[in-house]
Parts: sequence; structure tokens; C-alpha cells
Amino acid sequence: MPRMNMVQAINSAMDIMLTRDQNVVLIGQDIGYFGGVFRCTDGLQRKHGEHRVIDAPIAEGGIVGSAIGMGVNGLRPVAEIQFADYIYPGVDQIISQLARLRYRTAGDFFAPVTIRTPCGGGIRGGQTHSQSPEGIFTHLCGVKVVMPSNPYDAKGLLIASIEDDDPIIFFEPKRIYNGPFDGDPDKPATPWSTHPKGEVPSDYYTLPIGRADIVRAGEDVTVLCYGTMVHVCQAAADYAEVDAEIIDLRTLSPLDVPAIVQSVEKTGRCVVVHEATRFSGYGAELAATVQEECFYSLEAPVIRVTGWDTPYPHAFEWDYFPTKRRVAAALEKVLEMT
Amino acid sequence: MTRKPRLHIPLPPARPGADPDFSYIDIVAAGAIGRPDPHTRIRDLSNDLIYSMVRVLDDDGVATGPWDPQLDPEQLIFGLRHMIETRLYDNHMLRMQRQGKISFYMKSRGEEAVSVAAAMALKPSDMLFPSYRVQGLQIARGRNLVDLMCQCLSNSKDMCKGRQMPVMYHWKRGNIFGISGNLTTQYPNAVGWAMAAAIKGEDDVAAAWIGEGSSAEADFHHAMTFASVYRAPVIMNIVNNQYAISTFQGTAGGEHRPFAARGPGYGVPGIRVDGNDFLAVYAVTQWAAERARLGTGPTLIELLTYRVDAHSTSDDPSRYRPKNEPEMWPYGDPVERLKTHLIKFGQWSESQHAALIEETQKQVDAEWRQALSYGTMSEGPFLDKNELFEDVYVDMPNHLILQREQMLELDDEREGH
Repeated sequence: MPRMNMVQAINSAMDIMLTRDQNVVLIGQDIGYFGGVFRCTDGLQRKHGEHRVIDAPIAEGGIVGSAIGMGVNGLRPVAEIQFADYIYPGVDQIISQLARLRYRTAGDFFAPVTIRTPCGGGIRGGQTHSQSPEGIFTHLCGVKVVMPSNPYDAKGLLIASIEDDDPIIFFEPKRIYNGPFDGDPDKPATPWSTHPKGEVPSDYYTLPIGRADIVRAGEDVTVLCYGTMVHVCQAAADYAEVDAEIIDLRTLSPLDVPAIVQSVEKTGRCVVVHEATRFSGYGAELAATVQEECFYSLEAPVIRVTGWDTPYPHAFEWDYFPTKRRVAAALEKVLEMT
Repeated sequence: MTRKPRLHIPLPPARPGADPDFSYIDIVAAGAIGRPDPHTRIRDLSNDLIYSMVRVLDDDGVATGPWDPQLDPEQLIFGLRHMIETRLYDNHMLRMQRQGKISFYMKSRGEEAVSVAAAMALKPSDMLFPSYRVQGLQIARGRNLVDLMCQCLSNSKDMCKGRQMPVMYHWKRGNIFGISGNLTTQYPNAVGWAMAAAIKGEDDVAAAWIGEGSSAEADFHHAMTFASVYRAPVIMNIVNNQYAISTFQGTAGGEHRPFAARGPGYGVPGIRVDGNDFLAVYAVTQWAAERARLGTGPTLIELLTYRVDAHSTSDDPSRYRPKNEPEMWPYGDPVERLKTHLIKFGQWSESQHAALIEETQKQVDAEWRQALSYGTMSEGPFLDKNELFEDVYVDMPNHLILQREQMLELDDEREGH
């Protein structure tokens, strides 16, 4: 089977969909001739034409707004926002049009837009290239939110997202574009080629949206995570020598509640991990769900490990980032509680 | 059935491997257009201001026409020195990025006149709202390079306390606003600052800079609308350096009209200036500032220039434009043009120029050594880690105090306490 990194897997997903469905178009800044600042659209304009892989002006509101219009007129647009940190001028369009269009028009209008955007830190990007704003979008009614943690999932989920008639915000954790990252910046980078999820079929396939993945079975504590943190949590469980069941949520909204409940009922403990800031973050939704659904199985409070509640700094990045040690400390703590 | 798209896709005149083609740039003679009285109402301004261009220095380095600001030699040499300082600083910081001393950098080569001349034409109390490629504003206003270097190093003297990527400077005392990486967000802020100056009856004006690419952001529209409605004393600069990252100015809407033409639709005069002509940039900024101070209102200035280097250290322009394109820019280099002008009139010489470069290089090297003594990202002295949690609010809320304790506890464990 071919080996791909996440960039290649995402590129392959879009290439396949551009080939299969003439209604698929891509729009975004620098995505055309240049092939995207992270190379995710490399070669796609040359292959599919300037009218289907479209370079956009620097106007996120324009990119999202026009993608919605294209979607209403029968196309299936995939918009790229160059960094999730730059999505905010498009947020009015996402909230006021994209998320609610179907509801407001009783199903008469909809826009099957996928918005791809790189997110997360660990690249010395400071506060404007490191943010994890997924919680803003999981709070909306009417958009689905997806964040893969490896090339295989990225391709299958992106194809499924493009085919989905609901709008989807597809977050791509940029720190793991080229290889899994366990949160230790001092270790040499590992490529995807040595990781089982770096094996990616070259053909069409989909993975179901709304389905979590147990990346590691365990008995003592359930870890809920997604994106880059999936890898950090696995390293943390090894480091702390804890028999953790690690669940990669993959789709943040709608949430795979049965998978979570089944696991927590078994382990009786739960740690929630995300890079995004903590207060009113997505982890609060997860903790509340676990509390509501599994209260009588819980042997300890649910603990969150998150980015601190400050803007993402340039210096002290590794004090900010929820590292293996921080996750390990939480695993140890939740196991000590009775 | 194959579709026949009728959608217009702007295409740049030349891709890598092709010969550069600047035939889309009009060649305007120096001194070609008149200088209206700054009191002139917008409806009485000539369209030449938009569709032609203000130029003062001709190809031989002679200043001609009504826009010549008649600067004395000391001012010209001051401008030349600060453009050179900006350029050498940029070169040095690029090398330091390549050596891994700083994480990122953005040069302004070819665009030094845009910032240095504008800063000189404004009063020190006028408030500047920069984009990320106008470091010359800081330098012309007398900023110590050590301060800029320390910001790029995120070291113990970093004005941003390690919270921003390199080049996102600010200078409270020098009246230069902080830079957000989110483009054009400073544009309406500049208008608001100017509205406040007008409300308070003060004489200061605001000036803001964006690129032609980011003029596509909605904040451009907000800024122009408010500037026009309230006749705010503000100067709105669009630095048209021909490129966003990889996309040429046509992708931002420059194929049909000069960016300056966007002004009149809002009721704001637009004026296009040769951005590589130090004297022209000075003169146009001065004119716009005079209008603002007279209460005539805002001005939109398009500065025609060329981004000689990569967008940033993360970019490789050879992927999307001919390698020799920068050499072919029809309006030359701002440093060379001002130097030629000074030499022509006996105020400067090649040997003086070479000495200035050598002296400035020594100064940059010395300042770098000083900056390093305040630490780098990997070597101390470091910023106090507690700073990570400061300045989110005036007073630190309890949840941040708690999170800070958690962070420090983890450090203690690591050190085996």
C-alpha cells in the first residue's frame, strides 16, 4: 500500500473528488499555481484547471461567503482558510449563513461546503499561527466539525466531508502534517512512513463522520483526545505506565457518545485532553457528557488537560503546549483519586 | 459534456521560466501631474492623481515638478541613512534566521522609501498603524535596532515579552501601534484613533499601512466608510508591492483599476505615488497629512512598489515568479535613486556612500552582539516564565493564578524538587 504523509493524503482526497465529481471546486489563498503554503493542493490546479482550483484574494469572509453561494448553486466547494487563526473574518458567514441556511429555509437551500483549515501549535508560530479554535465551531448548530490525527483518517474523512451535504469545518493539525508528534520537541522528527496510519490506499474510500476510533484499548482510564494530542496521549500513557484506553474522537460534532460511554463505563475514569484553551473549551462539553451519561460508573472526577487560558505565546511554547508530562501527571492523578 | 467556463481568472504576466513582463505597469514621467491645494474638495480633484502617478525623481536623479518637497541635503541624507539601516538590518536578520537564531523573518527590500519617507513627513506625535513590512517606520523614528532585534529573539528585553512572532513590533513611546498577524485589522483602528483626535480637538493624524493583497479584507471597507463618513484625519496607505504571498496584484483586484481608485467610491481622495521615489512618497504623505490637519479629511495613497525578496522566510518566490523579475522592476531601487539624486547635486559621493554602508554594517553587527547579550530563544538570560500569564487581564483572575501554579509545579518535578 502507498505511504503518504497527511499533506499527501489530503491532496489525494481532493484530487480524487475533483476527478469523480465535476461539481467539486477548491478556493483559497495561494492554493492554485503555488499549491498552498503547506502544499496540500500541490499540482491540483495544473491537473484540474484554473476554474476549479481557484486562487482567492486575501478575504476569508469572501472565501467563505462565495463558497456558500457556489454551494447553493449546485457546486460542492472546498474552501481553504490558510490558518485557522485567520478564519475570523469568515465567521459571520459561517454562523449567520452556512450553519443556519438549511434550518432557516426549511431545507429548501443548503450549501455543502467543506472548510479546510490548519490548526494547532508546536511550530513556533506565535499567536497568529497556532490557535485551536474548534470550540467556537462545535458550539454552532448546523455545522459538523472534523479533526483527523493521521493520514489514513484524513483522506477518508475529507472525502466523506466533501460528499456530505452538511457544511463541515475540517481542521488539519499542522504539527502532524509530516509526521506523528508525541509532544517532545527535542526528539528527532518521525515521518509518517514508519507509522501504520501512514499506509493510505491511493483510491477512493471514506470513513464515517461521527465515529470515534479507539486507538489503544485499556482498562484503567479513558482518555478523550483528537488531532495532535492523540499522539501525545499515547506517549503519556507509556511514560506514566498507565493502562489507558485512548479514544481519538475524529469528529468533534456530532460526537460519538456511545463510544465514550462504553469506554468510561469500563474504566470508570476519564481524562480529556486538547490543545485549545480550557475555559468554555470543547473539553467542558466532553466532561459534561461523561458526567451526565456515566455518573454512576465514575470513580473519580473527570480531569482536563488543555492549553493555558492565555493567547498562544511565541516563547515558552513548550510550557504552554499540553505536553506528555502534563498528560502523564493527569493520568497519575486520576488513578490516585478514589 | 464539457463545460466552457466563462469565469475570469486573473493570470500574472509571467511565470517561472518565462521572461519578466511589466508591460502592465504604466511608465509615467516625473513631474507629470499637478499638486492640488490640500483644501481641494474631492469632486474638484483631477483623476490624474489616481490614473497617472506622482513622481519627482526622474531617471537621471533630477527632482522635477510641483511635487518636489524641496528637502534640504541633511534631510535627504537622513532618509538615505535610514533606508540603508533598514536594508542592512533586514539582511542581517535574514542571515540570523537561516542560522537558526530567530524563528522567522520578513524583509522589506525595495520598499524602504515607503516607510522611511512617510515617517519623516509626519510629526512624531502622529500615530502609525503598521503592517508587517514597514519596519522603516520604526527605524526612521529613531528606534534602537537592539530593541527590534530583542523582539525577534524573544529574549529578556523583548518588548512583547515573548508573546509574538518576530517582526510584530510595537513602540508605545514612539507612537507606533502593535501588529496583529491578522491582516487589515489595524485599518479601522487607525480611523478610530483619528476620530478620537478629532473629537478631542487635537492636531495629530493617524496613518495606516496594508498591502494591496489585504485590501480585499472587509476591514478595508469598514475603515474607508468610517473615514469618509466622519472625515477622519487619517492617511490610508496601500503598499502595492505586486504580490500577496504567491498571488499577483490582479488576484486582489488590481487588473481593472489602480488601488487608489477605490478611494473616490467612498468619498475619499485616492492618489497613486511611485513608492520607490523617496521624494514623491514624502511629498504625497505631507500633502495627505496637511489635508488631514486642515480638516479636509482622509486620503487613500497607493504606493506602487515591488517586493524584491520572499514574502517571509517560509516562502520561496522562485516557485511562482521569474527569478530575475526583481531586477526588471521599471521604477528602480529606492536607495539607488536617492543616492543618484544626492550625487548629482554634489551632496554625496560614491566613497561617502560606501563609508556609510560600512559604518552602518558595523553598527548593525555591534547592536546584534548587544541584543544577544540579552539572550536568545535557546540561551539565557530568558524572560521570566511567569510572564506567560501576565497581561491577559489587568489583574490576574484566579483561574490563571491556578494554572500558573500548575505550570511551575511541573517544572519543580522536572528539576527533582
